[in-house]
Amino acid sequence: MRSLFSAPARSLARIAAGLLTIVAAGSLTGCMLFAKPPRDLDYSRTRTSEAGHYRATIHPQGDSIPQGRLHRWTLHLETVTGTPVDSATLLVDGGMPQHGHGLPTKPRVTRDLGNGDHLVEGMKFNMGGWWVVKFRVAAAEGRDSLVFNLKL
Amino acid sequence: MRPSSPRRSFFRTLTRFRRSALFAVAVSALASLAGATVVSVAAARTPSRGWTTEQRTLLRSLSLSSLGPLAADASNKYADDPRAAELGRTLFFDTRLSGNGKVSCATCHVPSQDFQDGRALSFGMGTTGRRAMPVAGTARSPWLFWDGRTDSQWAQALGPLESAVEHGGSRTQYAHEIARHHRDAYEKVFGPLPSLAGLPAKAGPVADTAWHAAWSRIPSARQEEITRVYANIGKAIAAYERRIEHAPSRFDRWVDAELAGKPHTPESTLSNDEQDGLRLFIGKANCVNCHNGALFTDNHFHNTGVPTSRVVEAPDSGRIAGVRKAVSGEFACTSRYSDAKADDCDELRFAVTEGEELVRAFRTPSLRNVASRAPYMHAGQIADLDAVLTHYSNAPRAPFGHSELKPLRLSDTEKGQLIAFLRTLSGSLTHY
Repeated sequence: MRSLFSAPARSLARIAAGLLTIVAAGSLTGCMLFAKPPRDLDYSRTRTSEAGHYRATIHPQGDSIPQGRLHRWTLHLETVTGTPVDSATLLVDGGMPQHGHGLPTKPRVTRDLGNGDHLVEGMKFNMGGWWVVKFRVAAAEGRDSLVFNLKL
Repeated sequence: MRPSSPRRSFFRTLTRFRRSALFAVAVSALASLAGATVVSVAAARTPSRGWTTEQRTLLRSLSLSSLGPLAADASNKYADDPRAAELGRTLFFDTRLSGNGKVSCATCHVPSQDFQDGRALSFGMGTTGRRAMPVAGTARSPWLFWDGRTDSQWAQALGPLESAVEHGGSRTQYAHEIARHHRDAYEKVFGPLPSLAGLPAKAGPVADTAWHAAWSRIPSARQEEITRVYANIGKAIAAYERRIEHAPSRFDRWVDAELAGKPHTPESTLSNDEQDGLRLFIGKANCVNCHNGALFTDNHFHNTGVPTSRVVEAPDSGRIAGVRKAVSGEFACTSRYSDAKADDCDELRFAVTEGEELVRAFRTPSLRNVASRAPYMHAGQIADLDAVLTHYSNAPRAPFGHSELKPLRLSDTEKGQLIAFLRTLSGSLTHY
């Protein structure tokens, strides 16, 4: 079927569309830098896992989370019925969703402290803002993930 | 199929979020245009001299007054020994610690120039591939050099001594120099020097093939004795360097008075432009994301898309190469020459050692005294502060790796205000 527009007109339209896309993308990127975190974020230190197998509480060393300094956490892990989970494989990851980068360190769960408590070493946050820390859990109740939001 | 790493998987999640965030931001931007957010912004502001509670917290964190006492360096038990610092000060200026008798630490780290040299690429025995970094406050940094390839001041000091283009010497030469010229001062701090009888004048694990071959012929036990002397030279220099700190600038005096509600004196006043620059610094321009804390650095590594050097031929991949050197470093916190216990070396234990974020990422420099420290970036690629701000405003693509920057679209007025603010961070240094 023959186009309604001539070739030069189609080229012009493509250029205009491209420019609009660039301008729109640029504006959004610029805005994103100044965007506040979503308002409905749950910053609570006790969270239920994504698939509902576990409940966990984070206890940062010294209670408040420092900026720019290595510190430790204790992660208390239990089933949703309240039974402490000691034997678990826990992997830690995270980052700043609005910046698109990960954690500045590679924290690890280094010790099972008993009664569902697990020592997390190597935590560090080098900027202010909204951070996400994610624990991947593999234990008897199944594989699951715990996500904590932090505001520094 | 190759399993994806948790880190990569997490980034996929981040990417998905960012796509949804873009949508949310677009909606938010439209709402802002309609004036829907004006009320909430006004409500968040608790005016106290025009600064919100959040801004006041941020301002306090940037003042030198919030800098706590310097923590001990577990890897250097001599770090706070005044005799070691005195010896270190002498060694810092001693040109005999070089291959040609003309280069000392102070050649590139000039005390009257904020302990740097004002050159794009430093020059010792030859031209280096990087710009000299200032020394003040580096005792508080977990990583040294632009790529963080060492994890202490004393390990950092040892790198240039055996670099062919910096001091250009070798460790047996340095041990002989200590024995000849600094024996008493050395032995008061570190104990007796080992016997140097029969050791070659020049030998070490360096680029020079003859010196390297001479080093390989020395029995390993004696190599270790010499290397311990060499490590102690670094520890003495670090004992001196850790005393070099920033004195309060006009900005610090202004913050302290402002937050205390005290009247400003001429020494603690910021002009309107300087204050507007500060607001941009902690707001729209997002400088404070990385240049945070009282030293205006997050002590981390970022790819900010700076252009390649026109002079340095080899591509500089920054942290990705630096962290590998740090982990396996001969003088790392975990090495036999360190005084630390394994538990003291957590920065190394938990360092990120792989990933695209490390590619062409360089250490965030402190901004204290930045106005008198042109040219800028790791190879002096950018001539002045105006050009630096143009770079951050435009956020060009990185030569390789991915830049973290997003365009800021700063006006010329805003750039001028930011520069005016940066000039308020100039101050003297405290060192003995």
